[in-house]
Amino acid sequence: MATKLRPWSVAFWLLVWQGGSVALAAANPSGSLLLASPVRSALRLLELLPSSAFWRAVGSSSLRIFGGFLLSCALALLLASLAVGRPWLRELLAPPVAVVKATPVASFIILALVWLDARSLPLFISALMVFPPVYLNVLEGLRRTDRKLLELAQVYRIPLGRRIRGIYLPQVLPYFRSAASLALGLCWKAGVAAEVIGLPAGTVGERLYTAKIYLQTPDLFAWTAVILLLAAAFEALLLAAVDWIAGKAAS
Amino acid sequence: MEIRVEGLCKSYGGKVVLIGLSAVFQPGVTAVAAPSGTGKTTLLRLLLGLEPPDAGTIRGADCRWAAVFQEDRLLEDLSAAANLRFALGEVPGEAGELLARLGLEHSDSRPLREWSGGMKRRLALARALLAPAEALALDEPFTGLDGESRARCLELIRERGRGKPVLLATHDLTGLEDAPLLRLGRS
Repeated sequence: MATKLRPWSVAFWLLVWQGGSVALAAANPSGSLLLASPVRSALRLLELLPSSAFWRAVGSSSLRIFGGFLLSCALALLLASLAVGRPWLRELLAPPVAVVKATPVASFIILALVWLDARSLPLFISALMVFPPVYLNVLEGLRRTDRKLLELAQVYRIPLGRRIRGIYLPQVLPYFRSAASLALGLCWKAGVAAEVIGLPAGTVGERLYTAKIYLQTPDLFAWTAVILLLAAAFEALLLAAVDWIAGKAAS
Repeated sequence: MEIRVEGLCKSYGGKVVLIGLSAVFQPGVTAVAAPSGTGKTTLLRLLLGLEPPDAGTIRGADCRWAAVFQEDRLLEDLSAAANLRFALGEVPGEAGELLARLGLEHSDSRPLREWSGGMKRRLALARALLAPAEALALDEPFTGLDGESRARCLELIRERGRGKPVLLATHDLTGLEDAPLLRLGRS
């Protein structure tokens, strides 16, 4: 069970970070280069916010990473719908799904760089990471669909659209919701990793890499915070959309 | 319109449930009586086309059916009106009156999980009676109902089932003394 973040515990760890940064700076003149304080990182983030380059990087990364997420969700939903009644398709898809689940994302990024250009890489890697959890969860939800309600639909000749709304959606949405929440976190991590390795120009990953190369640790922390905030914002948006659809289906 | 079955056989994993059943179901109510586990539900499932017989023929059953199943098979998170819309596409004009005669309120917007078992059973019956069906298969539709509700439901079934075959599977034949009777199994 996930434990909710409490303000006091967040404040505690920020203080530990601040203390560590101050201690390091006191012990070594270049210590602040190694560990920028949270205050300096926050100030750097505030400096970045008004620049158009910042928003271009955020937009460019979001487009590719969330685009990969959406494409993969669509493919996973389609294939899970087809596979639920076709054991041969489930068996056919099982090996690639298992391989993607077990292989380190860095291997895929390096492999994909052989065939893809750096700009397409985050989209592909995000999509790849999202597919297994969404496909497997949606498949499980579909497999648990109430057979008795499907029989009712058959007898009353209920059209497919109404069956989807009344039977499949309420059954599958909780499975999709939990998978999508997990997958969205994964896809941000994997997508930014792909940007850091592939270095497409004007992306969050590229800015992160540049900050590391020039030892701009306040920038490094500021961009990391941006990634966390983006992941949280997209997750909140996605879950709100799923809940809205669930509410519509139940009305 | 009549439904005719001949030499109907069905078994599950070696357990014979129906063996060589032949019968004709005319318009109006036919009571199907049998102890539990002796083929009432199986016969209705074969007629509804939910599974094929092992042997035998069924004629006249490829029509539009409505059914009350052993379980209510309602969408528990939805209201009565939403359940009717789901099954029938829209709430028929006569729904309000029919539900009222069954002691239910059309305007009750509570999800069905908040309803009692008897109310849900009556709604499942209302759904079948409101459907534009040519035949009705009712599997123990009076489960959980008291004597008065049962009598009201039976009256509605007779009224709405006029002119179409109505197969009413039950272990209690009260009020059905005048209906053709098909006995299955050991009884």
